[in-house]
Amino acid sequence: MYKYDQYDQAIVDARVAEFSDQVRRRLAGDITEDQFKPLRLMNGLYLQLHAYMLRVAIPYGTLDSRQMRMLAHIARKYDRDYGHFTTRQNIQYNWIKLEDAPAILADLASVEMHAIQTSGNCIRNISSDQYAGAAADEVADPRPWAELLRQWSTFHPEFSYLPRKFKIAVIASDEDRAAMKLHDIGIQLVKRDGKLGAAFYVGGGMGRTPMVAPLIKDFVPIEDYLSYSEACLRVYNRYGRRDNIYKARIKILIHELGAAEYARQVEEEFAHVKTLGIDPPAAELERIAAFFAPPAFDAGAPDSVDRSDPDFAVWLDQNVKPHKQPGYAIVNISLKPVGGIPGDASSAQIDVMADLAERYSFDELRVTHAQNIVLPHVAKRDLYAVWQALVEADLAAPNLDLISDIIACPGLDYCSLANARSIPVAQKIAQRFADLDRQRTLGELKLKISGCINACGHHHAGHIGILGVDRKGTENYQLLLGGSGAEDTSLGKITGPGFDEDGIVDAVERVTDKYLELREGEERFLDTYRRVGFDPFKEAIYG
Amino acid sequence: MAELRFRDDEALEQPAVTLDGFLSQSNATAVRLEPDEDARLLIPHLDRLALVEIAFPKFRDGRGYSSARILREAGYTGELRAAGDVLVDQIAFLRRCGFDSFLPDAPLDPEVVDASLNRYGHAYQAAADAAVPVWKLRHG
Repeated sequence: MYKYDQYDQAIVDARVAEFSDQVRRRLAGDITEDQFKPLRLMNGLYLQLHAYMLRVAIPYGTLDSRQMRMLAHIARKYDRDYGHFTTRQNIQYNWIKLEDAPAILADLASVEMHAIQTSGNCIRNISSDQYAGAAADEVADPRPWAELLRQWSTFHPEFSYLPRKFKIAVIASDEDRAAMKLHDIGIQLVKRDGKLGAAFYVGGGMGRTPMVAPLIKDFVPIEDYLSYSEACLRVYNRYGRRDNIYKARIKILIHELGAAEYARQVEEEFAHVKTLGIDPPAAELERIAAFFAPPAFDAGAPDSVDRSDPDFAVWLDQNVKPHKQPGYAIVNISLKPVGGIPGDASSAQIDVMADLAERYSFDELRVTHAQNIVLPHVAKRDLYAVWQALVEADLAAPNLDLISDIIACPGLDYCSLANARSIPVAQKIAQRFADLDRQRTLGELKLKISGCINACGHHHAGHIGILGVDRKGTENYQLLLGGSGAEDTSLGKITGPGFDEDGIVDAVERVTDKYLELREGEERFLDTYRRVGFDPFKEAIYG
Repeated sequence: MAELRFRDDEALEQPAVTLDGFLSQSNATAVRLEPDEDARLLIPHLDRLALVEIAFPKFRDGRGYSSARILREAGYTGELRAAGDVLVDQIAFLRRCGFDSFLPDAPLDPEVVDASLNRYGHAYQAAADAAVPVWKLRHG
């Protein structure tokens, strides 16, 4: 876990003072809402349908128990006793009063947290692999590199009024658990001839014009990492479209210029930027990396697990993943109980997860882009105790990556941009498929729901995606098939005319029935879809 | 005349000409850059420039921040002015990008300007000002 030094703390404290002053001026009427809006947005404060919503940054989704408990405290004291974990590994609170925002930021600063740049047209929270430091397949821990980007991008004076928001993900494995190619910049740390470098994928994104990021440069030497990032951003800041908000993301610039021409311009800019000395020395990376050193694993920890409790065994098979350290495992805590709201957790549940992390996971937690929580380093001998505590807290749904592990945006229940509700659709689908054996028979099936074309619910990247639209004043749901946010990134295709709320649940079921009929061997739904194509499913849906 | 100026030299009285005007003639020593104009075109002429005014028709349009840095990185030491929809909460970032004078459409409260310029004692990244990035403070 990264720990603030005096400089980090001073910067975050100054932000609290600054925002307090901005809120004071706004409440006094010294600045207009129009002038206040970009300021509050750079602090993650949105005005939603019913109240202000505050989004708190969880850099690369990593936090400790003290920070997690503070998130519970904020939910309890300033909100309605729950929080919502987001697809960008952050948490947001839905019922915040503007006048409370400065006190919340002060509380966050007391545990080395903030809401800086969690919205606005700036570089947002850096996301990463939730299994960083625990996965066997990584070439390096990506988090020190994400932290380096966090510091570089924080209050970057040149890139705080970009054409549009800017999202960066850093991973270090071939298996992509962070939807890296669907970011404005996706970085994969790679090794070549024993040396660490970074592959830059630029211009991915979802929204109304989804695009998979093309590879701009296959190997940026690691000592050029920040200079190259700066060059990527400068080209975008200068040439990204500003005439139309829907065409302002970097994906549109790269689409219009072509990836090769964009890469050429970045290269030219980089040749100049590299002379400016903006890359910190190796000692700074070493300083940061030391915070992410592997915890003190017990080398003698037993590698076997007693599976005699059948319910525990089901959870073990579904939610627990292999760890690089023998005797340890990665525990996924599903925030998707049947009938629940995807990503929501109560204050009490957040406290339980904090306690478990402190006691059993070297004081670490991760938030995943699929809106679940990870305990990254649990000794196998403790798994049963962890599971029992999770059962007690209604946090033991054994459905990771199954059809009820749904990503959903807040939708029209909260969001001022939404056209349709997402949460009730997620709940109805989860209820339709509530039988766990049925879900397990279907296997890995990533279902993602957005309540509008902005795609916060990642519907383009769902094996099955659902997009809520407004059709002549009523909510209507379109079905998409064949998307993926993993290393085999692909964008889903719309099946045809949309459905009402119950109709979309039926349509999903017709798709899964067809899959069971068509699948060969151990194929996942996505594999079958890719093998047989779109038509058999379309036929099944529309008859 | 700029409303806010962070320079000791005499302010230039000459009006700024357009980029096209500047490039096609002239003996002008002051030029105005619109957001979509390429600051690099000025680089061959920096030695005869005393004022570059960069327009901010809307505060949300951040292209001028890059224009300013490009000029400073190329060695420009004359006056660099942000003009237009320039708000107090942007002054600190503009200063870091190399602007040293400001001509905002609406007057700025000097007290709030002072407070915002003095609020952050440290910066994470090197830019066009004298601020020493935190990583350099950490490692000397």
